Amino acid sequence: MARAVTNQRKTVNTAVAWAIGLLIFFPVLWTILTSFKTEAEAIADPPVFLFFNWTLENYSVVQERSDYMRFLWNSVIIAGVSTLVGIVVAVPAAWSMAFVPSRRTKDVLLWMLSTKMLPAVGALYPIYLIFIELGLLDTRAGLVLVMMLINLPIIVWMLYTYFREIPGEILEAARMDGASLRNEILYVLTPMAVPGIASTLLLNFILAWNEAFWTLNLTAAKAGPLTAFIASYSSPEGLFYAKLSAASTMAIAPILILGWFSQKQLVRGLTFGAVK
Amino acid sequence: MRLKTIICAAGAAALLAATGAYADSHATTVTIATVNNGDMIRMQGLTEDFTSRHPDIELEWVTLEENVLRQRVTQDIAAKGGQFDVLTIGTYEVPIWGNNGWLVSLNDLPAEWDVDDLLPAIRSGLTVDGELYAAPFYGESSMVMYRTDLMEKAGLEMPDAPTWAFIKEAAAAMTDKDGEIYGVCLRGKAGWGENMAFLTATSNSFGARWFDEDWKPQFDSEAWANTLNFYMDLMTNYGPPGASTNGFNENLSLFQQGKCGMWIDATVAASFVTNPKDSTVADSVGFALAPDNGLGKRGNWLWAWSLAIPAGSDATDAAKKFITWATGKGYTELVASKEGWANVPPGTRTSLYENAAYLEAAPFARMTLNSINAADPKQPTVDPVPYTGVQFVAIPEFAGIATQVGQEFSAALAGQQTVAEALEKAQALTADEMEAAGY
Repeated sequence: MARAVTNQRKTVNTAVAWAIGLLIFFPVLWTILTSFKTEAEAIADPPVFLFFNWTLENYSVVQERSDYMRFLWNSVIIAGVSTLVGIVVAVPAAWSMAFVPSRRTKDVLLWMLSTKMLPAVGALYPIYLIFIELGLLDTRAGLVLVMMLINLPIIVWMLYTYFREIPGEILEAARMDGASLRNEILYVLTPMAVPGIASTLLLNFILAWNEAFWTLNLTAAKAGPLTAFIASYSSPEGLFYAKLSAASTMAIAPILILGWFSQKQLVRGLTFGAVK
Repeated sequence: MRLKTIICAAGAAALLAATGAYADSHATTVTIATVNNGDMIRMQGLTEDFTSRHPDIELEWVTLEENVLRQRVTQDIAAKGGQFDVLTIGTYEVPIWGNNGWLVSLNDLPAEWDVDDLLPAIRSGLTVDGELYAAPFYGESSMVMYRTDLMEKAGLEMPDAPTWAFIKEAAAAMTDKDGEIYGVCLRGKAGWGENMAFLTATSNSFGARWFDEDWKPQFDSEAWANTLNFYMDLMTNYGPPGASTNGFNENLSLFQQGKCGMWIDATVAASFVTNPKDSTVADSVGFALAPDNGLGKRGNWLWAWSLAIPAGSDATDAAKKFITWATGKGYTELVASKEGWANVPPGTRTSLYENAAYLEAAPFARMTLNSINAADPKQPTVDPVPYTGVQFVAIPEFAGIATQVGQEFSAALAGQQTVAEALEKAQALTADEMEAAGY
């Protein structure tokens, strides 16, 4: 029998949940608020929270100084295409590991994950030199390739976990009905794994959107995404906090909106199989 | 049929893209890597003047925070990536990269660019074996910025060329910790361009040096102990709390809010602290030369953000045209006409300091010039040294070593170790690194 939860306890739980939520969200909120302050108000001590002269000047300056749409478009292309290509590559890989495992499947999975344990800077120079040779420096195609490869282990792992929850008998039944391998993956497995695939898509899109090491190191003037846009407003000699906050807010706004609209799918996907 | 339509559409799109690319390819593109500061941003806003004179040249900008830019540009130039045609680099990089053959000589810039008009100290810092490898965009030194009202209240008068003893006396007189006013604000944040820029420049005025003529580290000398003990004494008694994490921006913020009696830092800060839009003390700021100890050397540094061309650039001629425009006298006049004389990039040309309009608009101009002229990158300290550089040592190993030394000094300021321990560790680590580097 489930334990009865008192109203008082519910209220406390809700209050604690809100407090933790606000604590986590506070840096983002502070960045957004700072973006509406003057540079002098941004560094005021004690800090001003809401009662300041709200201004859109920083947004106007940022808009005037930088081609925001170009950076945004680069972000959309790099994060979107790398995630889609990653999924296309990962679905067959995860299928084979989940439904036709070999003795080495666990080792392969662990090996894939181990590539994430290498500090990115350790691979920077080899990749930089390869990019020079292939003419991929400062191109969206190059970044799509890198983003896809660095997120592939996570995509495969996530899909593998979701696929493991799907009974193999259903696929067997499809095979007995004469479905080819392609049709089995495309028309039987994929529709059943849609929540998992959707959350994998979303999470990897967010990871690729926020990635700053490779996007800063492999781009110059043409393929820089929004991370490069933010970096251009940072300075150790000069107070640009309000403008930097405006640039950051403009950079995170699309992904925040996307996260807001898709939070149900994200939560559902991330908790898929967690409770039985 | 449907597949054919898709193939045709894709082909047409590719053709269109290729046509666009061909049309664009007629213009030479110059990609400029630059830092985010007021003068550089202003230049980006004025480039229409350049492109209207040179319609065959397109400019593309990559703006990054200076440490990211330094790492990014070093990586590209060392790997011959060819991503940039014009680099914004400082006086630390120019001699090293010039020696490595990584930069294109600018000795052949047009005569009207007037190389002889450059301030001698700045020109000397950008020249290697007679070759000018970078054109200065703006130059800076360091000086004392102080609150005239607090100085008056303390019953003191700041001399044009103060001594360290006077700075200590004034700091003591101005400090009012209950009122959150601290006599002196100095850099404490670890980093070769942070606390070590200030402390290396200060050490020159105490007669200290990084290396003797045989490249032996000198942190075990009495001069370094005197430098660091004086700095700790000043900061512990009269500095703001948490000073070990304060860099330029943190001190600028404190000064603008009226919490520092004196601030010794980059001359470029003068325009920030006197700007009434951001500074609450704009109308009560005075300037003086960086202090000395009567040993013939002042504690000021010398830096110039300069434009250079990497050896791998495929747009060298166009890049030279851009540099000629951006660092020439005409650009100064352009800025003056659009944004006023107070906003022209300072510290590079003698003619600017002979211009009455500029001297009237910029009250800090004379002190900036005197500070720059007081620095000698070839003979930075009292005793002879084997290196070039006032607040740095122009060798590739310096940035790494000085950042580690800076961490030791910052830890001492935070109270995590004594001055003697910090110096001992600095001596040991510098000796190890230099030995490993083959000195």
